[in-house]
Amino acid sequence: MQLGRVIGKVWASVKNPGLEGQRLLVVQPVRPDLTPHGKPLICTDSTGAGAGEIIYWVRGREASFPFLPGEVASDATIVGIVDEIHLGKKRGPSC
Amino acid sequence: MLIARVVGDLTATQKHASHEGRKILLVQPLDLDGSDRGAPMVALDSVGAGMHEKVLVTTDGYAAFTAVGHKLAPIDAAVVGIIDHVELARQGSAAGAPPAVPPAASKKPHKKRQAQNG
Repeated sequence: MQLGRVIGKVWASVKNPGLEGQRLLVVQPVRPDLTPHGKPLICTDSTGAGAGEIIYWVRGREASFPFLPGEVASDATIVGIVDEIHLGKKRGPSC
Repeated sequence: MLIARVVGDLTATQKHASHEGRKILLVQPLDLDGSDRGAPMVALDSVGAGMHEKVLVTTDGYAAFTAVGHKLAPIDAAVVGIIDHVELARQGSAAGAPPAVPPAASKKPHKKRQAQNG
């Protein structure tokens, strides 16, 4: 799973029947310090996330599992809305 | 599977039901020399790993949701072990090197494939 921030929404009037009724959100992947990391992507949503929220999302085949037994053609889905992030103090690379 | 270090955790009230009751960890994948490898990722805990511990992370969906004990759950990364020690063979030493494949043996399948294609 990866952290991300919801930065927008996508509307598509013509789409695969499996995607009917699915919210499509634009997600910018972020690091734990909330700086952007990589390029934005489109995710389906299983949590009701909104713009500006920090979320975590799952990629690959598992992205369609929240919608079972429906068959949703999605390869990225938001599966949680983050309330808080706790980061440990930085340590050196050695154990 | 990857070697990673637990660098944090997060809380989420609104999440998929299969993630309930599990710690959600932030893990930083590591190279063999202990340096960071890419950006940290979110992984569910299946072993009780703590902050700063070196852990084994699976990034295969099936392995991850099996480890957490849910069938067909939207989980693509899970912590499946806590690493005590990693031992690497010294480069060039015969004792720790992987068994060498004789050149003839390694060429055989290739020849077969060529024969089939031809």
